[in-house]
Amino acid sequence: MIDRTVPATQRPGPAHGHGTGPGDASPVLSLQGVHQVFRTPRGDVPAVAGVDLDVRPGRVLCLVGESGCGKTTSARMAAGLAGPAQGSVLFRGRDVAGMDRRERSDFRRSVQFIHQDPYASLNPVRTVYSTISAGLRRHGLVGDRREARRVTAELLERVDLTPAEEHLDKYPHQMSGGQRQRVAVARALAMNPEVIIADESTSMLDVSIRVSLLNTLGKLRDELGVGFLFITHDLAVAKYFAWDGEIAVMYLGRVVEHGPTPRVVNDPQHPYTKALIDAVCEPDPDLAHGRERIRLRSSEIPELTDLPPGCDFHPRCPLYEQGDCDSVRPPLVPGRDRLLACHVVNGG
Amino acid sequence: MAVNTTAAPGVWGAIWQGITRSTSGFVGLCLVIGVLLFSFVGPLIIDHHNPTDVTAIWGPITSEHWLGTNHQGKDTFTQLVLGGREPILVGFAAALITVAIAVVLGGVAGYVRGRVDHFLLQLTDVTMTIPFIVLMLVIASFYSTSSPLVVSFIIGLVTWPYLMRSIRAQVLTLREREFVEAARLQDLGTARILFVEVLPNMAGYIFINFIIAVTNAIYAVVGMYLLGLLPSTSDNWGLMIQQAWNNNAFLLPQAAPFLIAPMVMIMLFQIGLVTMTRSLEQALNPRLRDR
Repeated sequence: MIDRTVPATQRPGPAHGHGTGPGDASPVLSLQGVHQVFRTPRGDVPAVAGVDLDVRPGRVLCLVGESGCGKTTSARMAAGLAGPAQGSVLFRGRDVAGMDRRERSDFRRSVQFIHQDPYASLNPVRTVYSTISAGLRRHGLVGDRREARRVTAELLERVDLTPAEEHLDKYPHQMSGGQRQRVAVARALAMNPEVIIADESTSMLDVSIRVSLLNTLGKLRDELGVGFLFITHDLAVAKYFAWDGEIAVMYLGRVVEHGPTPRVVNDPQHPYTKALIDAVCEPDPDLAHGRERIRLRSSEIPELTDLPPGCDFHPRCPLYEQGDCDSVRPPLVPGRDRLLACHVVNGG
Repeated sequence: MAVNTTAAPGVWGAIWQGITRSTSGFVGLCLVIGVLLFSFVGPLIIDHHNPTDVTAIWGPITSEHWLGTNHQGKDTFTQLVLGGREPILVGFAAALITVAIAVVLGGVAGYVRGRVDHFLLQLTDVTMTIPFIVLMLVIASFYSTSSPLVVSFIIGLVTWPYLMRSIRAQVLTLREREFVEAARLQDLGTARILFVEVLPNMAGYIFINFIIAVTNAIYAVVGMYLLGLLPSTSDNWGLMIQQAWNNNAFLLPQAAPFLIAPMVMIMLFQIGLVTMTRSLEQALNPRLRDR
């Protein structure tokens, strides 16, 4: 289990509260009004349309939303894998696009990315040792081969892949999905990162393995003060991993609700967040039957190439009201304890 | 999949396992080793002195002349032993040059893309249009003393585009794989990513193409001797076939050993190489190794 007994005050970063307000530890990595547009034959697809996010040391920012809502695109921009069409990505307050060679290499090492699919993200012809030690050796973090093996073994132990010596010379195909994903985490850790961007990193794993990997990641967050940008479509995972952090809910390329995890999960305000939380499966059939389901007006997700006027969510929204909803896009504005983009909730 | 619980056998052990696993591959390897021993160790053992003997032209098979004698009364078996070295060396050297050029240029073109890719593709187009035989004719007529090394250079320098194109195509797909992106995220550097992360994934493919290039180069060099494009005085399987042809050996039953022996050696070597590649692919791919 994630060690929740550590008082929040002992952790790097701020205690609970208004996660996005001023007074927090300064963010390591920020997205500021980033846009990403993909040009396709059917028209421009605005995959991400103006997203602001901050990742702070030792804190988790969880990005949730349906497939195709722009989570992964945002994550790739944050990792510097793609440049934003508009807006900027700041690392320690410096724009990544304007960095010189040295700063960029510093950024490259400090911000690590863990892919979704551990079957694709490890080179099939290289052993665990050679996968993890490549970066260590390249950047002169270890001297000789003996030291490289020792440090690699330590990294494997850090991600709970024990006994480490047994795994060093294995090939990816000799390991399970969970073990591979741990190797991918260890590879990211080898760079001694300040931020880890995890793109659906647990969604390919079995449920039991998922929890234990999340515990490992939680350990890194708490012990090493690594900041996480955690992308998931699974609210249960978000709740489990980002309880002390924040959740930003994305819909069609925009953040619609953003606040401290307990507030967003226990008291969702945006109708889309409510629908997402409502869609989480309830394992107890009695509870599942007794629960009142939110009725969306439509289950169709609008095409990104043909967004409706006004609020993107209004064709599906159960709270839809005549007036602004279908004509004016609601801005993301600070509310009582979170940022929210909804005319009805903010107005009422 | 049986996970190997015993100590890892090491690379050579793994390759040995892979080779011995399939019978045909093992037979192929034995053939290759056999022909190599015959052509490279044989000359150290036998007597090189093989004089012209006008009293024994097209002599029959005897205990003294194991494969009879040729149109000059020279011992066919001695020629056969001495004649393998040159085509095999030329074959390997040419294949090495061809594969090296194809791997480096194909890898760079596929990984770097952009203008470099464009330029290299143009270069393959130009190279592919060079008529190989005509080029050989021209070179042979200008430089009468074509050494085997020059021959292998020429073969290597004109046959790389085909392999280069297929390697480029494979690198184009491999570079989009997530493990390559992961390597880029680790800032490992372009050269390292290309040669250590991407290309080893094609090791089996490259090796098999190397073997195919060897067989092609051997056929090319033998064919050139057969057509008389390469003046050579040393003993050589290709030259033997050409001499047999020039002296109408195919009309004389007693000349059959002189005509057939070099052809059989070439065929055995080629068959050995081709069947060997099948199990080598298994040996070089870690995923297939444990099956």
